[in-house]
Amino acid sequence: MSSSELTTIEAVSGTACVLRGDDVDTDRIIPARFMKDITFDAMGNHLFEDARKAAKGNHPLDDERFFGSEILVVGKNFGCGSSREHAPQSLMRFGFRAFIGQSFADIFAGNCCSLGLVCITLDEADAESLRESIELDPEQTISIDVAAQTVTCRSGVMRGSIPEGTRNRLLEGHWNATSLLMDAGKKIEETASSLGYVSGY
Amino acid sequence: MSKKPTHLFEKTWRAHRVCELPGGQTQLFIGTHLVHEVTSPQAFAMLRELDLPVRFPGRTFATADHIMPTDSQARPLADPLAETMLSELERNCLEFGVTFFGAESGHQGIVHVIGPELGLTVPGSTIACGDSHTSTHGAFGTIALGIGTSQVRDVLATQTLAMASLKVRRIEVTGALGPGVYAKDVILAIIRELGVNGGVGYAYEYAGEVIEAMDMEQRMTLCNMSIEGGARCGYVNPDATTIEYLRGRQFSPQGEAFERAAAQWLAAASDPGAEYDDVVRMDGSQIEPSVTWGIHPGHNIGIGGRVPTVADASDEERAGVEEALEYMDLDPGAPIAGTPVDVAFIGSCTNGRISDLREAARVAKTGTVHEGIRALVVPGSQDVARQAIAEGLDEVFRQAGFDWREPGCSMCLAMNPDKLIGREICASSSNRNFKGRQGSPAGRTLLMSPAMVAAAALAGRVVDVREVL
Ligand code: SF4
Repeated sequence: MSSSELTTIEAVSGTACVLRGDDVDTDRIIPARFMKDITFDAMGNHLFEDARKAAKGNHPLDDERFFGSEILVVGKNFGCGSSREHAPQSLMRFGFRAFIGQSFADIFAGNCCSLGLVCITLDEADAESLRESIELDPEQTISIDVAAQTVTCRSGVMRGSIPEGTRNRLLEGHWNATSLLMDAGKKIEETASSLGYVSGY
Repeated sequence: MSKKPTHLFEKTWRAHRVCELPGGQTQLFIGTHLVHEVTSPQAFAMLRELDLPVRFPGRTFATADHIMPTDSQARPLADPLAETMLSELERNCLEFGVTFFGAESGHQGIVHVIGPELGLTVPGSTIACGDSHTSTHGAFGTIALGIGTSQVRDVLATQTLAMASLKVRRIEVTGALGPGVYAKDVILAIIRELGVNGGVGYAYEYAGEVIEAMDMEQRMTLCNMSIEGGARCGYVNPDATTIEYLRGRQFSPQGEAFERAAAQWLAAASDPGAEYDDVVRMDGSQIEPSVTWGIHPGHNIGIGGRVPTVADASDEERAGVEEALEYMDLDPGAPIAGTPVDVAFIGSCTNGRISDLREAARVAKTGTVHEGIRALVVPGSQDVARQAIAEGLDEVFRQAGFDWREPGCSMCLAMNPDKLIGREICASSSNRNFKGRQGSPAGRTLLMSPAMVAAAALAGRVVDVREVL
């Protein structure tokens, strides 16, 4: 894992799908029964399965105007609940590369970062006007600029927010943290030996 | 040298800081890594791909819980998918030198029940597990973090995590709880007050007379559901109750080493005068037994309360309340007491410990399960089960008409055969009432304390446990 393999993520642009509602939990994103698997390969096939069935064809993911979207626009506290990476994995394998909403659950946002998926928050008013704009014109291209923390749609540029640590990991290509963490080398063992419960009291 | 008073979170964070990472995150050492079958196989596979060993196999402990059937755990497991996951975990533990607490060990159980039980969870430590309810371990004064599978890989490979620090909110619960009111009711009341995303970006420090009076198992219930309030973790400062709980546990130090350890553990507690990013106070004596009526844990009310109407909801909550009422199909404005239930579930990492079973058994002794109700008791671990059997609790439950099962997560998320059917309503001692959580896409969950679940099982509807006790 040399640094030449690092992939930086500076921007995402594409069409977007609007999923209205707050507090969408990870059980809804991928119901637990589909987690009975030792790989993530099939996770994209069951994204929002129960919600889509219950909506009988009226779920945004089944709305052909939104087919092929790479960005999902959500509400508040998206991804709350379980720490299961199966949730962002299923979103990613379905084709999403970025999420725009008013807020994200901490663990969900962390998992997204580990996969190189972008979560950017907008304030309530901007999020709502973005949702309306996309619903009116689903074919428009939405662009997220990670460094500038902006979302651009047909009607203009909106200022958003991506926490600094996450932003830098995306921009520097350290979203997959393993190699970065490996760099600490012996310092890890030094920290361990300073702790009573690890090295003995 | 006089040091600025500081809180447990800051002390523990500092002690585990390996270095600062470019970009403002901290590389944090994880002292104890707990692993289970659902979120680890992909991480072990990534490790294999990178050709890396587990960096600290001696600090990594595994068990199987989510997929374990509770009727028979004989191998091979009846469900071939579950068997594959269990065998994969066994293979990974063997290959990477990780200690595995399987059924033969006598210590198998829900990962958040067995960690404390074995003495693996100690004050001033950091714990991570690929499971959001890792927050449970905060009961001991621990930074306990639920992580995703890529981070499980990171911890396996480096025993560290890249983390941004958290703000700390101290939540003081004053006074004393009334009879029939438990830690479950306290945390439900806190989430009702602060909201399901009120804790985003925070660690919660629980304090005050009510918390100090709680035993360790109650503190675990409380910290368990920190995540349901949006907090990344929650903790209680270690005190004499913590030390006595840890004395004599399998992984606890012995003799003089224990006393040295105890001194270090107590020193991890927040200093008087420490500054917090936020402080919230609540009167514990006002807390009633609580029940959820909706589709997230913040949708809860005291047992004397009524199911809200859309008109009652604030503008901000309206859409969520509407969606919840539609899904739950309870009468808006009706008292929550009296709501009929079909299933009663006692168990989970929130409320599947021995004291939970004792409280539920006290209620179970007073009658028999109402006709037509499916009621099951699933101990949190083999150790809990053994203790309950030694006390005759299994018999109490059986005689009252409850099913006594083998340990596991069971109907908390129904990855095993224990599931709701159709639109059944379940009185549940677990932690999440999300749509479809208990295995049926249309199933409905009412969260409450285990004593309240037992009372609902006997009455066939939601009742105030204080009338039974
Ligand atoms: S009991 Fe429920 S919440 Fe706890 S670890 Fe198991 S599935 Fe998760």
